[in-house]
Amino acid sequence: MIRFEQVSVTYDDAGAPSLRGVDLTVPEGELCLLVGPSGVGKSTLLGTVSGLVPHFTGGTLHGRVTVAGRDTRTHKPRELADVVGTVGQDPLAHFVTDTVEDELAYGMESLGIPPHTMRRRVEETLDLLGLAALRDRPIATLSGGQQQRVAIGSVLTTHPAVLVLDEPTSALDPGAAEEVLAVLQRLVHDLGTTVLMAEHRLERVVQYADRVILLPGPGEAPVMGEPAEVMAVSPVHPPVVGLGRLAGWEPVPLSVRDARRRAAPLRERLAPLSPPTAPGAPETPETPQPPAAGAPRRTRTGFLRKARRTSDTGPAPAAAVTGLAVRHDRLIALRDVNLSVRPGETVALMGRNGAGKSTLLRTLVGMHKPAAGSVRVGGTAPHSTSPAELLRHVGLVPQEPRDLLYADTVAAECTAADGDAGAAPGTCRALVSGLLPGVAGTTHPRDLSEGQRLALALAVVLTARPPLILLDEPTRGLDYAAKHRLVEILRGLAAEGHAIVLATHDVELAAELAHRVVVIADGEIVADGPTAEVVVSSPAFAPQVAKVLAPQPWLTVGQVREALVVPEVAP
Amino acid sequence: MSKGITPRMSDRSTPRRAGGGTGAGAGAGAAESAAAPLTARASALHAGAWWVWALGLATAASRTTNVLLLGLLVAVAGYVVAARRTDAPWARSYGAFLKLGLAVIAIRLVFAVVLGSPIPGTHTLLTLPEVPLPDWAKGVRLGGRVTAEGLVFALADGMKLATLLVCVGAANALANPARLLKSLPGALYEAGVAVVVAMTFAPNLVADVQRLRAARRLRGRPDRGLTALLQVGLPVLEGALERSVALAASMDARGYGRTARVPRAVRRATSVLTLSGLMGVCAGTYGLLADQGAGYGLPVLLAGLAAALAGLWLGGRRSVRTRYRPDRWGVRAWLVSGSGVAVAALMIWANTYAPGALHPPAVPLTAPELPLWPAASLLVGLLPAFMAPSASGGGPRDTAEPEAAGHRRTGRRGPSGTAAGEVPRPRPRPFPEPGASPWTPGVRGAAPGNGEGAGPGPLSPPQRRGTPTGRSGGAESTPTQHPEEPK
Repeated sequence: MIRFEQVSVTYDDAGAPSLRGVDLTVPEGELCLLVGPSGVGKSTLLGTVSGLVPHFTGGTLHGRVTVAGRDTRTHKPRELADVVGTVGQDPLAHFVTDTVEDELAYGMESLGIPPHTMRRRVEETLDLLGLAALRDRPIATLSGGQQQRVAIGSVLTTHPAVLVLDEPTSALDPGAAEEVLAVLQRLVHDLGTTVLMAEHRLERVVQYADRVILLPGPGEAPVMGEPAEVMAVSPVHPPVVGLGRLAGWEPVPLSVRDARRRAAPLRERLAPLSPPTAPGAPETPETPQPPAAGAPRRTRTGFLRKARRTSDTGPAPAAAVTGLAVRHDRLIALRDVNLSVRPGETVALMGRNGAGKSTLLRTLVGMHKPAAGSVRVGGTAPHSTSPAELLRHVGLVPQEPRDLLYADTVAAECTAADGDAGAAPGTCRALVSGLLPGVAGTTHPRDLSEGQRLALALAVVLTARPPLILLDEPTRGLDYAAKHRLVEILRGLAAEGHAIVLATHDVELAAELAHRVVVIADGEIVADGPTAEVVVSSPAFAPQVAKVLAPQPWLTVGQVREALVVPEVAP
Repeated sequence: MSKGITPRMSDRSTPRRAGGGTGAGAGAGAAESAAAPLTARASALHAGAWWVWALGLATAASRTTNVLLLGLLVAVAGYVVAARRTDAPWARSYGAFLKLGLAVIAIRLVFAVVLGSPIPGTHTLLTLPEVPLPDWAKGVRLGGRVTAEGLVFALADGMKLATLLVCVGAANALANPARLLKSLPGALYEAGVAVVVAMTFAPNLVADVQRLRAARRLRGRPDRGLTALLQVGLPVLEGALERSVALAASMDARGYGRTARVPRAVRRATSVLTLSGLMGVCAGTYGLLADQGAGYGLPVLLAGLAAALAGLWLGGRRSVRTRYRPDRWGVRAWLVSGSGVAVAALMIWANTYAPGALHPPAVPLTAPELPLWPAASLLVGLLPAFMAPSASGGGPRDTAEPEAAGHRRTGRRGPSGTAAGEVPRPRPRPFPEPGASPWTPGVRGAAPGNGEGAGPGPLSPPQRRGTPTGRSGGAESTPTQHPEEPK
């Protein structure tokens, strides 16, 4: 269906080709997954299929790409529109019209499909993607998962033979990601659509793939094969594969189900052992209080609350939130939220898109004024503190780290950060060298990879040495290596006594990093407790290792490895 | 196909129309039922009808300087907007137009005060120091006497302009501008899409500026004031540029600008007709407006118009695009547009029988009075408030979608809107006990009917019924309904 013949792509301003020696065929009706570290040319490879590379992006393409028999050299993207459907990383950048139904019809209108056929296909697609209830809604008011489904639907209505997706689930919460993947699987199984998809979150997608294309490094030739074969050698792999490799299972399991079937001996071996506690995890004095959903929570009187706080003998909390409510106009974003974060503690906020995680983080840096209740960060009320002063108490790395970066070189950014924070000159630069070894000071922040930009923003925030660090969705777009580096950095910061709060959909990250998990739904806290307890009991938020080894409380491959290796080395 | 989709179809129609009781066929048969149907795609009023109505009101506004009549006109437009506005983003622009109207009045008054007014007046309110101007600026005055008559005249004049703006704003709030595009001739459609896309960038820019200004706070810099605004300028422009490039790529990949093969002769004919038509229109207009040549002006203008239209029609053959559910011009559209035309016609007529009441003199100062018949004829413009399809009946769609709305305000109003914050919301369900099947419908979507966690339907993947791990391949258990047409 898609045929690459000796394809290599060189962009005009680059010395070396971004893609080299691609020579493979994607058969019809397969779900083909494209994996590899950041910056190996995955997006470029996807772009060659729709013809956007090189017709739209510029650059030189050697070799030949044919899709359904059409050569992309002679067919412009718009002439491939009826065979290739493309959905990029950001669904919002994809929409041309403003309501769901018009968006679904837009592609068909461009192709000149007769009105009655359009009408029928729109109805079918609305049902296929579960969008029927949203048909008249303006797209801007939809949630992330809904927008992603509309984006997929908008290219499906033209009945393309090939669907090209760039990170379709990266921005989604686990539930919404399942929905999107279920749709993709249905397309492949029922309609015979060929799907070519790049994705970093392999734990979500690899078990659905019929074929995996691995781009091992920049400019290296790709490896294509059965998912289990490729995963056995791939530098990027989901935790369940890591566990399989550790336990020596052949072939490596791709899904939790596969692994669980074979995990009985491993569970027996692990039964007498207990997972090592994360280093530097402070004791949790407060008992977790998952409020019973049926009974309304009693608000404590001011006196009791005060008495309770004074009885807390530990160090002063880095952040204390009591009875917080936040409203956006008439919409209540948070209600009656109680949360206390102690120094050295890492807390993961989880919950579906739009549950109020980001609102809580932004309230902690004073971007929202509480409608009720109180927020104290390092003894100050954030919304009434001047930004320069607040910087010393709390730092937030926003969802889009680029929002924090204004200068045109890394060095200028560092100088500005030193000035903002009143730190000694060179403080930020030293942090950057620690977090981002090998990045020249003259690099433009735009040219950094997603992970590098995050590290730079983190360094900028850390320059003022705030005791409380907040991160909003930090692993979006990060590959496993970058994620691993981030985990190391954050663990180090927690060990130094920084309190860290991160809002994330990434259950594996939460399992690796967090001492405590707080689940927010509908603006209320519905669960708050140690990671192992909250996460293992929740089907949506359990990491893969926990699912495989349940009911034992193992969360990460690292824990299992430590537990298995240490006793064998000891004698 | 039917087996899988049937439950879904009923699922769709229940929540949407529960509040109104008018069925899906409301568009055609709407005239029979007295109650206005709810706005759904099928029954939505033609966008052109709203524009005709609004332009009718605007024409009426341009025919009077009576402040009371103008105020009445604004009230009529405002009432219709309040009654028939939807909760879509473009519907919120009405407030902006109102403010713009006030600004116009204020500017007009300031000019009248500073530059003086040609209206002779006897009631001097105050005297500003007059700036002496050189000879060549004769006729322009800076400062000087400010008379009550001048101010009243300026107020009426500004009010007229403001009312025009408010009428345009009403059309903007009531009719989706993108929907109006569907009525453009095929040859102009793509240019129209470009214009609409460009217009949507303004709100995006504003959102970007707000986000980046807020982000400055994270750097410890003040997030208010002009400096903050200026310093985010470059990043905002960068972001806008990137987004437009991404959108252009997406549009290209989705077939924007595909053309049909047309014979070379047709293409040439199109160019010749369009060019000559436009030239004819220019020459004809000149002929009409110039002192001489009024005799040949009209025929040339008409011939030019005909040629240009023929060119457009021929050009449309190059475009392959078809139209998805274009708005229908039904009985209600006739009524709405008719009411606008009636208001305009009645006001023009009123100029012949009551010119004095429609243009109360500024000199001498008189209190304007409300002439009965012209005022009554303005009230005809209220007809759409009762005849046009109404925005929503406050059905389940409006009350139960907290998740979908997310942080973004959907700007609801009316009976459901007042309760948007206070409705007793469905309590979030507890997380299921370990071992319970996690994919039971409803676990994710705590709120019923929000679409994200919709109940079982053909979409429900095999996982929902499957094992707790739920991630098996699922090939064997996939139901083999084929939702596509048989090929």
